[in-house]
Amino acid sequence: MTARTSPLRRLGWTLTDGLTLVGRELGRLRQEPGQIVAALVFPVIMVVLFGYVFGSAIQVPNGDDYREYLMPGLFAMVTFSAWLGVMTRMATDASRGVMDRFRSMPMARLAVPFGQTGADLLTGLLMLAIMVGAGLLVGWQPHRGVITTAQAFLLMIVLRYALSWVGVYLGLAVKNDQIADALVPLGLPFTMLSNAFVPTAGMPGWLRFLADWNPVSALTAASRGLFGNPGVPSGNVDWPLAHPVTATLLWSVALLVIFVPLSLRAYLRSGR
Amino acid sequence: MTAYNVPSSGVMADPMVVAEGLHKSFGDHHALRGLDLSVVRGTVCGLLGANGAGKTTAVRILATLSDPDAGHARVAGYDVVREAGEVRARIGLAGQYAAVDEKLTGRGNLRMFGRLYHLSRRAAHRRADELLERFGLMDAADRPVASYSGGMRRRLDLITSLIRRPEVLFLDEPTTGLDPRSRGEIWNSVRELVADGTTVLLTTQYLDEADHLADDIVVIDHGQVIATGTPEELKATIGDRLDVTLEDPAALPAAMTHLNTLANTDPTPVGPDGLSVVLPVGGLRLADIVRELDHAGVAAADVRLRRPTLDEVFLRLTDRKEPVR
Repeated sequence: MTARTSPLRRLGWTLTDGLTLVGRELGRLRQEPGQIVAALVFPVIMVVLFGYVFGSAIQVPNGDDYREYLMPGLFAMVTFSAWLGVMTRMATDASRGVMDRFRSMPMARLAVPFGQTGADLLTGLLMLAIMVGAGLLVGWQPHRGVITTAQAFLLMIVLRYALSWVGVYLGLAVKNDQIADALVPLGLPFTMLSNAFVPTAGMPGWLRFLADWNPVSALTAASRGLFGNPGVPSGNVDWPLAHPVTATLLWSVALLVIFVPLSLRAYLRSGR
Repeated sequence: MTAYNVPSSGVMADPMVVAEGLHKSFGDHHALRGLDLSVVRGTVCGLLGANGAGKTTAVRILATLSDPDAGHARVAGYDVVREAGEVRARIGLAGQYAAVDEKLTGRGNLRMFGRLYHLSRRAAHRRADELLERFGLMDAADRPVASYSGGMRRRLDLITSLIRRPEVLFLDEPTTGLDPRSRGEIWNSVRELVADGTTVLLTTQYLDEADHLADDIVVIDHGQVIATGTPEELKATIGDRLDVTLEDPAALPAAMTHLNTLANTDPTPVGPDGLSVVLPVGGLRLADIVRELDHAGVAAADVRLRRPTLDEVFLRLTDRKEPVR
């Protein structure tokens, strides 16, 4: 690429280079079969742990099946792993000098953040598919037809993509893979502080407020509704839970509007 | 040494890297304070300096990773700020601040970077094989880089920057932390590249590395150039070094006094019966020194005159603080 290529050609290179970087992530997976095994085993563990260990003690309103209640929460958990993975990969590239090599090469400037978020979308789809498989095995089902089911998954994908840009920005901000690794365990409490695993009705008021406004709750509530699974809140609830699909879309748009420009700016200017 | 032996007066001829008055600050820290640099096509220029002298900052600016606060630089004829894209198409960067993906194989890395250099898939594969073969990494080609030794990793890092046959190669401390054997391998690779016509700008903390590889040396301290020249020219600036071993350790104080008078500077004691002193440039001959010591009744077991090492030159230069020229 030279400085004077046409915008169309530049866009073409951004796509080509972005795809090369998506291919890179797949190549890494191939070198680490252990990760694939872990990716397969992890959902099973979560389903067993929550579905049977906690599920035996948790009462779902109306006496519904807890595993029907649980799976949308686990889908949300998988969705919210996006920012962690992307953050770690960006920070590793930044601290090991790979980012500097990219930036010293005549490749498309924006391919790196777009490639990373694109790669995360692919791995995210794979993880979601595995989790769906685990759910079907323990008796979870969508009940409202193909289109509505597809809408639920689409909603997860949209939010996942938005969250991956949060990861790009955080990775560029910390620039250090060890700090990024240290931040990863924060993902779990963030997911737990929601309606993903238990109804929020029993929480103390201030905690319930946080949980109800947590985007994890909006996504979980939206997909429960779209799948026709139990646990859809009714009565006097906070706005995000009364309009979970709209809330999830608003979250996605807000994250994209904030973090795409922030990330691109951080990427183009880092180290300058 | 390389096939080339460009006199330092040839600096004006066809420079591939030119920097003029580069300034760069990070907060209160002035990393570069008006750095000037010129590297002739097809030569190796060694950029020497202590940690924090500004070597890496200079390389980052020349490799378009960072913008100077003031001054300008051209690499392969293009401005590093305004024509960064053209510069990037003509340079390679390796060493401390360039790297590879540890989770991919060596071959996987070269293919990926080949694609990112916009080679066709087939050309990227062919180039990867060529480079692995030529630089002796074919046996490890299909192992993940995480399993490579430090030396192999650096070599892969180096050849990754060669995919597009760069006109100018920046090597930022390419052998820091390597064992002597791996260093030798990197040195050989660099010599081969220069024989192919690549211009190399090399930063290093190892003076012997610069002595082995560089046609010209630029010594920087506190973000400024304090000396330039060929290794031999730089050594000549501080005069030869005299090492004396005495027959009788008791004669050491007398020998110290006499040599101080002769050299006009304090000798350094070496062990119980030896001393070492830098002689003034173009000064004394060995025969005169031996005669003087004889007259003073100091019996020497061994008297040797030698060229200073580049380390001694470097210590002398960076100790002085103010610019030499």
